[in-house]
Amino acid sequence: MMAIMHRLFRHKGAAFGVGVIALVVILAAIASILYPDGPWEMVGGIFEPPFQRAHPLGTDGLGRDVLTSIVYGTRVSLLVAFVSTVVAVTVGVLVGAVSGYFGGRLDDLVMRVTELFQTIPSFVFAVVLIAIFTPNIGSIVAAISVVSWPPVARLVRGEFLAIRHREYVEAAVVLGVSTLRIIFVEILPNVVSPVVVLASLMVANAILLEAGISFLGLGDQNLMSWGYMIGEGRSTIRDAWWLSFFPGVAVVATVLALNLVGDGLNDALNPRLARRGRA
Amino acid sequence: MTDTPILRIVGLSVALPTGADRHHAVHGLTLDLHPNRTLCVVGESGSGKSLTALAVMGLLPQPEVRAVAGAIQFEGQDLLALPERAMRRIRGRRIGMVFQSPMTGLNPVMRIGDQIAEQFRFNGRDLGVDPRRRAIELLASVGLPDPTKLLDTYPFRLSGGQRQRVMIAMALALEPAVLIADEPTTALDVTTQAQILKLLRELQERYRLAVMFITHDFGVVSEIADEIAVMRHGELVEHGAAGRVLGQPAHPYTKQLLAAVPSLEPPRRAPVVAPIVLQTQALAKTYRSRDRMFGRRREVIALRNVDLAIRRGEVLGLVGESGSGKTTLGRVIVRLLQADSGSITIDGAEVSQLPRRQYRPYRKRVQMIFQDPFSSLNPRRTVGQIVAEGLLAHGMPAPQAHARARELLRIVKLSEQAAERYPHEFSGGQRQRIGIARALALEPDILVADEPVSALDVSVQAEVLELFEEIRVRLRPAMLFITHDLRVAAQICDRVAIMRRGEIVEEGPTSAIFAAPRHAYTQELLAAVPGAAQLALGQAARPVSATVLEHEPK
Repeated sequence: MMAIMHRLFRHKGAAFGVGVIALVVILAAIASILYPDGPWEMVGGIFEPPFQRAHPLGTDGLGRDVLTSIVYGTRVSLLVAFVSTVVAVTVGVLVGAVSGYFGGRLDDLVMRVTELFQTIPSFVFAVVLIAIFTPNIGSIVAAISVVSWPPVARLVRGEFLAIRHREYVEAAVVLGVSTLRIIFVEILPNVVSPVVVLASLMVANAILLEAGISFLGLGDQNLMSWGYMIGEGRSTIRDAWWLSFFPGVAVVATVLALNLVGDGLNDALNPRLARRGRA
Repeated sequence: MTDTPILRIVGLSVALPTGADRHHAVHGLTLDLHPNRTLCVVGESGSGKSLTALAVMGLLPQPEVRAVAGAIQFEGQDLLALPERAMRRIRGRRIGMVFQSPMTGLNPVMRIGDQIAEQFRFNGRDLGVDPRRRAIELLASVGLPDPTKLLDTYPFRLSGGQRQRVMIAMALALEPAVLIADEPTTALDVTTQAQILKLLRELQERYRLAVMFITHDFGVVSEIADEIAVMRHGELVEHGAAGRVLGQPAHPYTKQLLAAVPSLEPPRRAPVVAPIVLQTQALAKTYRSRDRMFGRRREVIALRNVDLAIRRGEVLGLVGESGSGKTTLGRVIVRLLQADSGSITIDGAEVSQLPRRQYRPYRKRVQMIFQDPFSSLNPRRTVGQIVAEGLLAHGMPAPQAHARARELLRIVKLSEQAAERYPHEFSGGQRQRIGIARALALEPDILVADEPVSALDVSVQAEVLELFEEIRVRLRPAMLFITHDLRVAAQICDRVAIMRRGEIVEEGPTSAIFAAPRHAYTQELLAAVPGAAQLALGQAARPVSATVLEHEPK
């Protein structure tokens, strides 16, 4: 574990990514200490331009501080992204494991279902799901989870198919080890690395999905989120560019950071590449 | 050796990246290749023999691994100093190479003829030959039937031996002066191997080739070597004419290697008198590809009517070439596969048709040892967990199971501290011992060993065979020992069964079968064992128990 951390931080991009994410997480945690009044409070004049002492990133058409909104927006983005990723990974791993381990008709069936999910463009699918249910944070998380699990399932299934016939798994069968234990103790730990890498990219993707959904006005109306801010600022973009620009920067920076961490994890968890890096 | 050498390796040193277990893969190596002679470079894994070949071809995985000293003189040039462009003109055209794996050496989506023609396209435009005609000639010269038709065939239609012939044809396409062959027969069956070795001999004479033949197998060496160079840890320990090195090895390491080659002469063993533990009757298994929406269903018969019986404390050798069904039989017996029909009885009780749940108690009694010491241990679990797994699965409390695991590690001659470590920290031989400890944990009555020593170096192989001998004497399981190596079978088995195309064609006491094989196929197999005639060593010393070998490093 320590060795993996060490290798991860040797990767410059990943170290930068971890730094950015740490900053975002800290901002989310201390948002209410920094700005106890919350993001909806009118604190200044309308459309104040950025880079001034009182409101460094300017204010919007209702006199709300953009920086405060972005800081509160981290909470929504992170919450939605992490919860939906955890749900999607859990579902994907279970489905993929069962499908890959047992194979046969069950596998055929499961794979056809995942293909059904994958043929529908995930963003459109998520929007439809949210439109059917009431748009609130719960349904957003659920929708993002529903559209995100199939790639995990396919990845895990592939790994299980490959590992199921390794000799150490067969040895466990011959020893009389129970099927559940074979799946969870013998095989699953060997699948963790690619899943961790995929999960880091899924978090990034979930942030984008959430932003897109809020941009379309399907987000939770009670929560300030980056996508909502971009959507709101869109109509005045020629007069007040900062309303859309800074939340956009926040999205780009966070997603890029997560992608860099994903890349770094991929290298750190792949011992062969890591060795080449050392040479 | 009056003629001048065509290629000289002088003081070659190849450096490994920092952090590797030694500085130099090859250190101060000096060797000469002569026209029309075969130099065998022999050594165990990690001896630097393959890197030497790659250095000659200019194919070292630079910059991590590179030649740091010495020279390779060939036709007035130092190959090590040549730029890549110039090297490309020598590679293939003046020095040909044949690699080990015939399965991955050919491009699967390219017709054979096109692959050979490729050689001319990049190298031989100036030769002024019709590629197609030349390809046909080449394929004919390596003894492939119907070369014209073969040109338009894809590699997957060819057997391993045929592919290796194509690879040799490609290596010889531009009539090189030097041929480097890196373990070219290791992946092949013995009968195929014998044919390929014969072919290489013939081609060498016809083209006056200087051959550098890299191998770990002294049997093969004795078949084709004019000269032998023995390498160890990157250094040349002995070098001389084949007859001299095999007959009167000077260096202790050479002696040790030669002594570790199992003799083809089975030791005298009294017939085992004990009750029959495992019996199979009319066992049959056919592999069927799953129904697809399109395309035909394919069937391969793996076992037909296999009858065998093993007594307590007896070792039955199951010998056959790849595809003979021997591994399938082993897997059916441990119920990794389900037989289509026939019966398996353990102590008289029929078990082959038992449902999973009712079979579970028998799992404990039937254990398996696997071939590949690298894929048979879970890389994410400690050795202690691996060995204790079976005991835990059958309800032993954890502290007891782990204590027992340590005891088992001692039995297979590993230290108890091994329990805390992970498989990657061990060498191949040590890993195989861990696999054996895992199988022995449940004190099985029946042990199926599927090629347990095939992946090991010869000296390590001897140690593991010694361990099997000890298990036989001390624990007395009924053992099915699957192997393709008749030398190993001769040493360890009370009886052998010869398998071919899913059938047992001959079965009997080991000494009787080796002395007077009745079935034509058995005779063919025995005749194909490399070095059967030349390597008449080891009759005096039974290598399995008599040689004391230095322990492998680490």
